Amino acid sequence: MAAPIAIHLEFGGGAELLFDGVKEHHVTLPSQSQPWDVKQLLVWIQRNLLKERPELFVQGDSVRPGILVLINDADWELMGELDYQLQDQDNVVFISTLHGG
Amino acid sequence: MCQVDEDYHGPLQRAEVPSVSKKCVKCKEATAAVVIRAGDAYCRGCFKEYFIHKFRAMLGKNRVIFPGEKVLLAVSGGPSSCSMLRQVQEGLSHNAHKKLRFLPGVVFIDEGGAVGQSVEERQRTVAELHAVFKATSFPFHMVPLEQVLDLPSSVVVTAASPSERAASAYKAAVDHFIQSDTTSCVTPRQQEETLLPDVQESHTHSLQQLIGSAKTLTAKEELLNTLRQHLLVHTARTEGYSKVMLGDNCTRLAVKLLSSISLGRGAQLAQDTGFSDSRYGDIMLLRPMTEYSAKEIAYYNRMFRVPAVFTASLDTRTADKSSIQHLTESFVIKLQADFPSTVSTIYRTSEKLQTACRSSSTEECWDRCLLCVCALDTAAENASAFKATLISEQLSQSKSPKATRPNPESTAPAGQCCSPAGGGDCGKAASDGGCCSSAKAPETAHLRSLLCYSCQLTIKDMGSNQSSVEHLPQYILSEAQRRRRRSQMRQEIRDFLLDEADEG
Ligand SMILES: [Zn+2]
Ligand SMILES: [Zn+2]
Repeated sequence: MAAPIAIHLEFGGGAELLFDGVKEHHVTLPSQSQPWDVKQLLVWIQRNLLKERPELFVQGDSVRPGILVLINDADWELMGELDYQLQDQDNVVFISTLHGG
Repeated sequence: MCQVDEDYHGPLQRAEVPSVSKKCVKCKEATAAVVIRAGDAYCRGCFKEYFIHKFRAMLGKNRVIFPGEKVLLAVSGGPSSCSMLRQVQEGLSHNAHKKLRFLPGVVFIDEGGAVGQSVEERQRTVAELHAVFKATSFPFHMVPLEQVLDLPSSVVVTAASPSERAASAYKAAVDHFIQSDTTSCVTPRQQEETLLPDVQESHTHSLQQLIGSAKTLTAKEELLNTLRQHLLVHTARTEGYSKVMLGDNCTRLAVKLLSSISLGRGAQLAQDTGFSDSRYGDIMLLRPMTEYSAKEIAYYNRMFRVPAVFTASLDTRTADKSSIQHLTESFVIKLQADFPSTVSTIYRTSEKLQTACRSSSTEECWDRCLLCVCALDTAAENASAFKATLISEQLSQSKSPKATRPNPESTAPAGQCCSPAGGGDCGKAASDGGCCSSAKAPETAHLRSLLCYSCQLTIKDMGSNQSSVEHLPQYILSEAQRRRRRSQMRQEIRDFLLDEADEG
């Protein structure tokens, strides 16, 4: 049983519009049997934070193409993308590079 | 083109997931932080060096900016143009490796009125950008898009370009510049404190009517791009700049390239997407960010704290299919996610494009589109698709029963009149009702004859009745009248002209 973890989420480049315009979120992910990974985080965000138009943020079980993900200021492509296991105090950033956010 | 080959590791290579905690490919020491192009992982330091170098290499390679020349940076607040602003700052800094030697200024066009922002929202954006610009100590200009309504007609006329300066002149100018100014390359003029001038509500209303008169988002976006460009060129002229730098990055240009083709702007592609664009003659438009992908820019801005100010645009939070431009973007970006060389491959294609020179020796103003100021592409041969479209348009019109033909003043919804004639002929996108438009007042028909094929489509979209065209800014309408008078005059005196162009 993994303990709950506190992480810091940030949205930019217009992606924040889908979250009531709020860029920074300090959230606590509840304890669950296996460790949290990014794939589960996306599901959690969709259920708990996303205010509207989920198709503008997620597509399938990943983020919509054109939205960049940084984990602790590094490209998530270097961190295992969806399979990265989140640690307490991690910093996850989503930046939209799409025109108009 | 030092980067052409790297992007080709077989056209269908799929994205690979690199192993965790990779080392930087450049210094092979530091831990990589960003993956650029297919699989190249860079550390922070090497990425910064690579990014800064690329900007100077771009300008160095093209050699179009003369030392001491005044260059206007068009900054929208978006990541690309803000990154461009930072690159110019870097290039002018005292410890820069190869210093840039031009005199920059900044312009921000506030489009809030056109996209329906409240006065408060607009003020907030302007205040934020004001702080960003002030920190650069470059002179800057905050211009509301509403000012486009007061432009002079000369904006849409190609001005005589300054006499062609030979390549040798560049070297001489550099030497002269180094001798005359060795201490500081940029001595910014007295700070121009131009906060956004007051915008009259009636002006904002007129602008909204103008944008609103286009029915589709596709045409609205095209119209907005055109108006913005006119205002940029006008600002450069009145403030004494000879070059305007635009922030278009590689990703945007790849999208622009494909959407331009869909919009019928094939003939203008080279100018619309190339590094330098001299359609306006005296003012050259430059795109120095064309070597960067949107991803590289987003990472650079994040890592090195480049401030950007997000402003909503017409396509914010719209569905993929809301406009041709938006749909093209989503297509390219989705493809890019699986095939990382998509954007660069599309963009490299555009670099090879050239428009064949028209046979006419001198391109007079009536050879240029009234809106986009590109050479007209409508003098096509008889067998062209364009002529076929025209013929089909005329046919569908003549078949149309007279009973349903509206009178020119009618404000009945367009499209009604051509439906009984079988929409098949005129069922093209964005042409609803377009087939009737030439039956309208000759004014409108004449206006269309002054436009390139693509701009004709945009105007068509504004509806077939006369009143919608009247929403166009006065400078466009009066230039249309001037060209009309001129061509009438040419008709009248043509028998007396010795030097008539081949067909007239
Ligand atoms: Zn390195
Ligand atoms: Zn045009």
